[in-house]
Amino acid sequence: MISDFLNPSYLAGFLTLVLIYGVFAIGLNVHWGYTGIFNFGVAGFFAVGAYTSAIITKQPASGAYMTYIGGLHLPYVFGLLGAGLACAVLAFIIGIPTLRLREDYLAIASIGVAETLRRVFINEMWLVNGTRGIIGIPQPLHGLVDQADYKYVYLAIAAVILLVVYVAVERGIRSPWGRVLRAIREDEMTAAASGKNIFAFKMQAFMLGAFIMGIGGAMYASYVRAITPDTFVPMFGTFLIWVMLIVGGSGNNKGAILGALAVWLIWDRTGALVSNAQDPRIFYVRNLLIGVMVVAVLLLRPKGIWGEEKRVSVYAGKEPERAKAKDEAAEPLASVVSTAEEAGDGGAS
Amino acid sequence: MTVVLEADGIVSGYGEVDILHGVSLLVDEGEIVSVIGPNGAGKSTLLKSVFGLLKLRKGKLLLDGVDATGLPPQKMVRKGVSYVPQSDNVFPSLTIFENLEMGAFIGGDNIKQRLAEVFDLFPALAERPHAKAGKLSGGQRQMLALARALMLQPRLLLLDEPTASLSPRMVGDILTKIRDINEKGVAILIVEQNAREALNLCHRGYVLVMGRNAMEDTGQNLLHSEEVGRLYLGG
Amino acid sequence: MAQLVVIGLIMSSIIALGAIGLTLIYGILKFANFAHGDLMTVGAYIAFLTFTGGGHIGPLSFGYGMILAMLAAMLVVGAMSVLIDRLVYRPLRRRNAGLVILAMASLGMAIIVRSLVYLGWGPDQRFYSSGLQYAHQFPLGIALKPDQMFIGATALVSVVSVYLLLYRTKLGKAMRATADNMELAKVAGIDTERVVIATWAIGGSLAGLAGVLLGIQSHLMPEMGFIFILPLFAASILGGVGSPHGALVGALVVGISQEVSTEWISPAYKPAIAFILLFAILLVRPRGIFGVKV
Repeated sequence: MISDFLNPSYLAGFLTLVLIYGVFAIGLNVHWGYTGIFNFGVAGFFAVGAYTSAIITKQPASGAYMTYIGGLHLPYVFGLLGAGLACAVLAFIIGIPTLRLREDYLAIASIGVAETLRRVFINEMWLVNGTRGIIGIPQPLHGLVDQADYKYVYLAIAAVILLVVYVAVERGIRSPWGRVLRAIREDEMTAAASGKNIFAFKMQAFMLGAFIMGIGGAMYASYVRAITPDTFVPMFGTFLIWVMLIVGGSGNNKGAILGALAVWLIWDRTGALVSNAQDPRIFYVRNLLIGVMVVAVLLLRPKGIWGEEKRVSVYAGKEPERAKAKDEAAEPLASVVSTAEEAGDGGAS
Repeated sequence: MTVVLEADGIVSGYGEVDILHGVSLLVDEGEIVSVIGPNGAGKSTLLKSVFGLLKLRKGKLLLDGVDATGLPPQKMVRKGVSYVPQSDNVFPSLTIFENLEMGAFIGGDNIKQRLAEVFDLFPALAERPHAKAGKLSGGQRQMLALARALMLQPRLLLLDEPTASLSPRMVGDILTKIRDINEKGVAILIVEQNAREALNLCHRGYVLVMGRNAMEDTGQNLLHSEEVGRLYLGG
Repeated sequence: MAQLVVIGLIMSSIIALGAIGLTLIYGILKFANFAHGDLMTVGAYIAFLTFTGGGHIGPLSFGYGMILAMLAAMLVVGAMSVLIDRLVYRPLRRRNAGLVILAMASLGMAIIVRSLVYLGWGPDQRFYSSGLQYAHQFPLGIALKPDQMFIGATALVSVVSVYLLLYRTKLGKAMRATADNMELAKVAGIDTERVVIATWAIGGSLAGLAGVLLGIQSHLMPEMGFIFILPLFAASILGGVGSPHGALVGALVVGISQEVSTEWISPAYKPAIAFILLFAILLVRPRGIFGVKV
């Protein structure tokens, strides 16, 4: 079970995927954790991000078994940004009819978008090569090191991107803009009464989260180098990310990353466990486990392992109230952490 | 006279906030008791607490001298207590007839007889029993809500601002109906924003301020009390 | 074209059975049951498990064993729905969890249920019976297999039964009253917990039956119900959430549109048609045709 991780190459690949999923979990956290937008169509954004980046960074299609639009052969950065923009535009289109309605309508609509897009990708050969998918997606800084060592380069790139996304979102969330988002999540009526244009704020958050998911899709495409519509089935493209977020604790970006690590560890290890099974049905034990995790977390630990930090203000950390505020949100793991942090405060509250 | 309802030192509220801080009151058999008070005094909260829609945090509730503290609404209706909320008090997609049937949900076999009695009291409802309740006017809805509550053959009727947002003419009609209902022997506890009308109607009244009992007297005495007049009746 | 409309009617009848259950649950518990499609799947497989041939009823491809299998599917899925509510949704409701949390829990249940079907029967397609059936020819170039007529008739009987239940029985009226206003239902002395159980039992068994009919119409596979979730939601939102006759009309619109669309576009896009209808209705009239409020 553990021995795979002693292999640095395996570990690098594992960690890269954790970082990529960390980006997705932060994107979903912007939707759900901070704004209360109920996006069940993460797979759609995942796919649009991955395909967009692929056709931006690849050379034009050639050969009998390759047809796709684009082929701009631009550097990786353009792939990332293009993927983000494409997803933001998609979010804008979905958001127009749904962001004003009950939350679950958006969930249904976003599942619909994800499934519809997947069918488009499968059936429209001219678009992104149908079920054959796109292979040979370029990787950034490829010539820098030996092919065998490239894993570590990409791991570093993924780490940098995750860090940038993390810092940017944390800043945004701590700004007045972020406070309005959380106010909307807690109580739309009150937020509306205080004169905030709820729809505009929700739309901005929806587009921002989608942008981040697009980046995640682009990172994934260049990591695996080959994508097909099957990559973006709901189980893998949507639910796994949801589980990461709610296990880690929605409303907390560190929790989102931690959740990505914990859930990907389980997914990866159970995958290794069932990979040699004689009966192909065993494979579905993993899916069962994901479902059980969703329900168990919702029933037993609604705030996830980490939970949301209560932020009184950016500067509250220096005030004694912080200890109290943290305790209110207390979940055992979180309080262990906070007790360790604040041992010096000595029961300030 | 026997006491139908006795509330003693009721404390309750929403979330972490207490709205009522120890309210006590009595309703005798066959009596109309009104509770008046400024906005936010906790009048509606009081009715919800009595009916078991809100949990009592402290205090006791007796029905016919028997402890009824903490009983849920389903049990309260079986004890002969019926409640008419202020708004959303009919089932809009059900017909008038079905609304009344639902009123008698827990009842036994004599639905027909009770329907006849209720239609007798509210002849307007009998005119088109298969109309959807959602299509009725505000006054008719209020009539239907009262009629629905009466289908349970209550001994005590709790009314939450039955005349709120009705036209002046409808207000008079509703108050007349309430008096008619009372004359059939049903005790009534009514909370009202419309203090003058309520005091005129009732036998006794309570004034609630900030979730506490402030005054208690007969309706007429309260009506002519200087303090009540100054505070709630506009001079 | 007439043929497509008729096939659309057959599909509509299956969608209707699922959508009526979905809309009842939506109306009373105010949450979107994302596991509803997978309940259909379970129904289909329970019938597969219990179906024991038993000759042929007239020209149908199956015998009386199928009737028993259908009843078994309805019973099992109905009971399972009630059980899931007791174990998962009710504790969440008691905690005043929002509709989103409930919907997410239902998605978790959907994954669990589907995984169990995979574990039990594997990913391969399965059929109730293998024999070929000749279609009857009707005017206007309509051809229908006896099995398809059976599906339509069964759905019709079920829909009429549900209608009678909702509009003629005390329980049904109490269900409609609770859907209108649960608080007031409690105030009126209706035992709303019993209404909730009845709703799950009825909604679940309709889903189970819909699953079996879908299995007869095409074949069984573990994703069959999940794929069906879009038409189900489209039908119930189109008709107005919480409105059973709305769900029926919505099912007709969705089912017929999906089939007729194949005249012009690839059948692979059938679920997309449901989605586009859904998207359009959300844009122009979010409360649906018969809905009163969102």
